[in-house]
Amino acid sequence: MSHSEYNTERNSLAYSVEKNVEVHAQKCYQCGKCSAGCPVADEMDLPPSMVMRMLQTELAANDEKILRSHSIWLCVTCEMCLSRCPMEIDIPSMMDFLRQRSRSEKKVNPKAKNIIAFHKSFLNSIRFTGRLYELGLILDYKRQSLNMTQDISLAPKMISRGKLHIFPDIIKGKAQIARIFKKTSN
Amino acid sequence: MKFGIYPGCSLTGSARDYNESVFALAEAFDLEFAQIPDWNCCGATAAHNLNKELSLALPARILALAEQNGLDEIIVPCAACYSRLVVTQNELKKNPELKNRIREVLEMDYHGTSKILNVIEWIDKYIIPKLDEKIVKPFNYKVACYYGCLLVRPDKVLNYDRAEDPQTMDIVMSKIGADPIYYPYKTECCGAGFSVSRTDIVSKLSGKIIEDAEHRGADAIIVACPMCHSNLDMRRSDINKYWKTEYKIPVVFVTQAIGLAIGLSSEKVGLKRHFVEVKIS
Repeated sequence: MSHSEYNTERNSLAYSVEKNVEVHAQKCYQCGKCSAGCPVADEMDLPPSMVMRMLQTELAANDEKILRSHSIWLCVTCEMCLSRCPMEIDIPSMMDFLRQRSRSEKKVNPKAKNIIAFHKSFLNSIRFTGRLYELGLILDYKRQSLNMTQDISLAPKMISRGKLHIFPDIIKGKAQIARIFKKTSN
Repeated sequence: MKFGIYPGCSLTGSARDYNESVFALAEAFDLEFAQIPDWNCCGATAAHNLNKELSLALPARILALAEQNGLDEIIVPCAACYSRLVVTQNELKKNPELKNRIREVLEMDYHGTSKILNVIEWIDKYIIPKLDEKIVKPFNYKVACYYGCLLVRPDKVLNYDRAEDPQTMDIVMSKIGADPIYYPYKTECCGAGFSVSRTDIVSKLSGKIIEDAEHRGADAIIVACPMCHSNLDMRRSDINKYWKTEYKIPVVFVTQAIGLAIGLSSEKVGLKRHFVEVKIS
């Protein structure tokens, strides 16, 4: 069977990655530079080069493990892997895609709960005002993550240094921002 | 000469010190800024992690507003915002279909013609040519120039400095009299947007960046990103707790260092707002 014939029948995560973000997992030859340079690889259940290899197998069980991994949420998008990849594989864009797929298929790793809670609080904060409201973000994150005591001493120090707004900055185009959120909701 | 500035959210809040130093420099060098009217948040890490279309639409609105207001050149002091704006411009240029879709989402025209400058590019272009005559107090310190991630990566998109061992900030610092040290941590990640959700990771990664600068005898770490600054400065007590250390090396924005060298006071450039005391003046 030739490559192209094979391609037409694929129903794998690797195929979705190709279609959606033009990242071709089969280009990876496992040199491991991505995992070597990744600042959070030692925290990950699947380091980036392992994700690439598992994608190549196109096995449903591996696709499932990737979407349920903690790794895809631990990726900080520092872009080190891409800048060092001899094949210029855009792993960071692929990670964005995998995160979104993991959420839409409701396969999010429970350990990523706080990371996602923070992202959601961040977006909630700008959805209504157009700009980040740092105090609102912290309060909303506490509500979502139930980490009530975390950073409790930080806020007063920020306020005394003039680094934390008490009130949000609301832009004139806030209705437009709300429409942007609505139209792009996935 | 009037050009646009996109401060981004941090510079109005947790990175007010950075904002003050950028504006103090502009004033000292007679450079006039026009803030992009009614600018919004670029979406940062949260948007591109959770929603690709949103992560392009938010920066595109900022660029569309700049175009509407005739601001052909915009300076973006926050390295994270800078990266989001350049990446968006690049994505929409590559993909006309996506560009049309984003125009539809915005209900605005967007061409992607703005020239986006990071803070070092702005300094190179507008400050350096007039710098020598203004220096009254050379910044005679050993410095570790910390670029972080988003000022230099993704390097093929930003097309700015080299990804490994970049030099632009080191060159700027040497022009104000500083001695930039060899610093292999200059592009290692500080933990970025995990500051709140995974403070442990930020403490671990930022601790290594600080440790290396201290061990090499630097007097200060020089930065050009509010997120790097808040992780290395505001999170210092978490870092010291995590590593059981007492690192005291200050973290200074490149614009603050230049400000001091041309004789501006430490208040004027926002140094009094730092968490880690800056004994340099």
